[in-house]
Amino acid sequence: MSETFADLIACEDALMFVNAAITSTGQREFHHASGAQRLSLEFLHEYMLVGHREIYASALALDINDHNAALIIRNLLVRAGAAGPGRRRHEGRLIARRLELLPQQRVHRLFRELRDLRVNNRRTRAIIRDWFDGRRDPAFDAVKYRGGVKAALRHAHLAPGGELGAFLFAPHSVKRYETPVLEKWRRAHYEEAAIYELPFTVAQGFAAKHAVPRERFLAGIERRMTRLERLRHQESARDAVAPRTDLSAMPLTRLASYVLSLPLDDRAARRAELTGALRAAARRVAGASAGRWGAVTAVLDDSHSTSGSGHKRRRPLAVALAASFLLDALAAPGRYVPLWTSGRTDETLLYPFGPTPLGERILDALDTAPDRLIIVSDGWDNAPPGLAADVLRIWRTRLDPDHRVAITHLNPVYDADGFDVRRLAPGVPTAGIRDAEDLPSLVELARFAEGRAGLADLRAHLDEKTARFLETP
Amino acid sequence: MTFRLDGLRTGTGQTWGSVRLVPLLRDEPVPHLRLHRKAYEEPFSVVDVGGGAVYTSFVPHAFVASWTGREESPAASYGTRLLERDTSSVPGMPIRTTRRMARKAGGDRLRFLPLHFAVEGYLALHFGGPEIVWEEWSRRAVDRGLSPRSEQAYSGFRVGGLEEALRIFEIHPGQCGVLVYLADSLAGAFVTPHPDDYRALHATLVEDLYGELIYTYGLLGAPAGNVTAPIDDAEIRSLRDLRAAAVRRAREWADFHDEVMAGQLFDPEAAYQTVQSLNGFELSRFLPSFALRRENHIGETITDERGRVAYLKTFRLSDAQVRRGHLLKRLAAHDWRLDATAAALGVTEAALVHRLEHAGFGHLLRRDVRDGYRAARR
Repeated sequence: MSETFADLIACEDALMFVNAAITSTGQREFHHASGAQRLSLEFLHEYMLVGHREIYASALALDINDHNAALIIRNLLVRAGAAGPGRRRHEGRLIARRLELLPQQRVHRLFRELRDLRVNNRRTRAIIRDWFDGRRDPAFDAVKYRGGVKAALRHAHLAPGGELGAFLFAPHSVKRYETPVLEKWRRAHYEEAAIYELPFTVAQGFAAKHAVPRERFLAGIERRMTRLERLRHQESARDAVAPRTDLSAMPLTRLASYVLSLPLDDRAARRAELTGALRAAARRVAGASAGRWGAVTAVLDDSHSTSGSGHKRRRPLAVALAASFLLDALAAPGRYVPLWTSGRTDETLLYPFGPTPLGERILDALDTAPDRLIIVSDGWDNAPPGLAADVLRIWRTRLDPDHRVAITHLNPVYDADGFDVRRLAPGVPTAGIRDAEDLPSLVELARFAEGRAGLADLRAHLDEKTARFLETP
Repeated sequence: MTFRLDGLRTGTGQTWGSVRLVPLLRDEPVPHLRLHRKAYEEPFSVVDVGGGAVYTSFVPHAFVASWTGREESPAASYGTRLLERDTSSVPGMPIRTTRRMARKAGGDRLRFLPLHFAVEGYLALHFGGPEIVWEEWSRRAVDRGLSPRSEQAYSGFRVGGLEEALRIFEIHPGQCGVLVYLADSLAGAFVTPHPDDYRALHATLVEDLYGELIYTYGLLGAPAGNVTAPIDDAEIRSLRDLRAAAVRRAREWADFHDEVMAGQLFDPEAAYQTVQSLNGFELSRFLPSFALRRENHIGETITDERGRVAYLKTFRLSDAQVRRGHLLKRLAAHDWRLDATAAALGVTEAALVHRLEHAGFGHLLRRDVRDGYRAARR
């Protein structure tokens, strides 16, 4: 079957949407305000929902970010009428699976949005009910996300079992709870010792109520903190207590973000520890493919624009740093060359600085004769503008028409004006990237963007992904 | 005069909307001249060059600060000044701080004085008014010169996209200056002796003033296009060819920029007036030729003993301002005599007075003289 024009467009649209759904979080970026991001993203969702509903729903099975996953679920439920019963059942399974993976606060925000949009059909209520049934510790959830749980239960007409009903809707009518965490919550109103048995976010409120000094509070609550809470407070509470997080268990990109948030002096002092943790995290991600990628050269952007925004502080730089460590693990030993746009070589002491001479760095990279060239950049090539596009175009058309070097551009920033991530050159595939952990699968996906694989291949790829997504328990 | 001769290299410009910012880079900073340390938020850590090196400092025009050794109210420098290193006070004009400025100030932070004061000050510095009391001129023109004149200019905040473009601009290492273009017409040039000085002042460009032309172009918002040609791939056979072509293209851009885009920044017939000399540095102000239908920039420069530009700040006059300047210049050239000027311009005296009135200089002439000519015209 030959490809029709409509197929080509569908393929392009799908990739564009996936790129957007991976990178954009509706937050402010370096170049665009959050309003522009959100407007652009909402349009894209609307367009996909109406034009390619099937692909739109199956995006839930891909590594898209939570913000977009929540948006997709919301839109699918709001426009349920447009799909037949068979499709709806399939969508329902995808939604249920994705809801399990979403962080709880995002799920509650989604339920609240559904309430505000007055989406309250039988199917939506069943989805909410099934999600609540799947929770392991409803009492703990009810304490930690009290407002959200209450709103969702009320919206879905659900009657919570046991003491939960009283806890949520008439908390002070009960003299004594049987469930330990609920009883702790009741006692925390009167007794300081009880607050240290509650989740950190809830305990914070009670600590303020009892005027507990910050040092005493942090020391007491330390073992109830989640890993991220601990990391977040480790720097601000350094003088008081030092609840050091175990860095070796951290995910790669988050670890890179953390390293970049430290002052340069600290980074220099803890160089061995930080580098070791990054290496270990990268090796964990690389897994079986470690050392299998041959000679790899990376062009990594550390220009001023990688400082991101107040919402996403140094995010593009963190992704590039994490990608660098991951590529080091994936490349054959000793065959990895990182080239930062600023020309710096000390990766622990990076900070966003200077212009983006991508073209020049790509030339340097091609000089090293790699098997793979990975470019991690937001695509704002400006010193001089357009040189990177020229270099890549001429390389592809005149110097390397047989694709000896596999070039992939990964872009961590969504470009609101273009409804996609910014591309460098037509001959070089570009994929959006959110976490460096997804890099290997994105490099695979990027082959669709080169135009050598068609819609049928893409459908097959999506179906396979969806099947695997629904299978995993 | 071009930048190239003054030790500045032209870098590749960055565009955002209709704004194009072209960086000027130095291989090494101009020695012994730095921005007055008051301009830094953490003065001593940044500016002190150590080793007891002697340097001269400068304070740009319309810079506001709470100078020590006076009452605490902030004052604006009036015209750029050169100072010995340890001087802590400059002759300035006390200003009243409005609420908005006070909020932005944040402690001792310095900034350019926004709006009209700066440009009016500029023109007043440049034009003294008639020296010979011909009977046609009003008392006021003779007593006070042309000051106070009110010239219209727009703050950078009102120039469309400029604030955003400055925020997004990625400062080059070694960058000591910038040329600001709107819709590819030159709005102004700014050069400092040292990269750190530039970095400290980069954000203040938005508090500068821009003429009516620039404001209009910002309003229209036509995007600045790509002015470089793509590399011709017909002659590329290896990576080395490609690299050579890239270098050639960068050079072509710099040549094109300096000759065409910034070609009219320095007027060959400009009038330079040396204001101050200190430790081998010379501060001068320049006025363009006020030739009609060309770019006219007024500005201030500091040059070192070898004549290299260490500091430069220009303001592009709008067409109406150029026409006014043209008239004043012709008048000054003929010793402010109406009959001689009119003869030189090839018009009647009545027509000249009519032009003066239209240019907003009516109040400079005595009322009865104006009325006389008006009656004659009828």
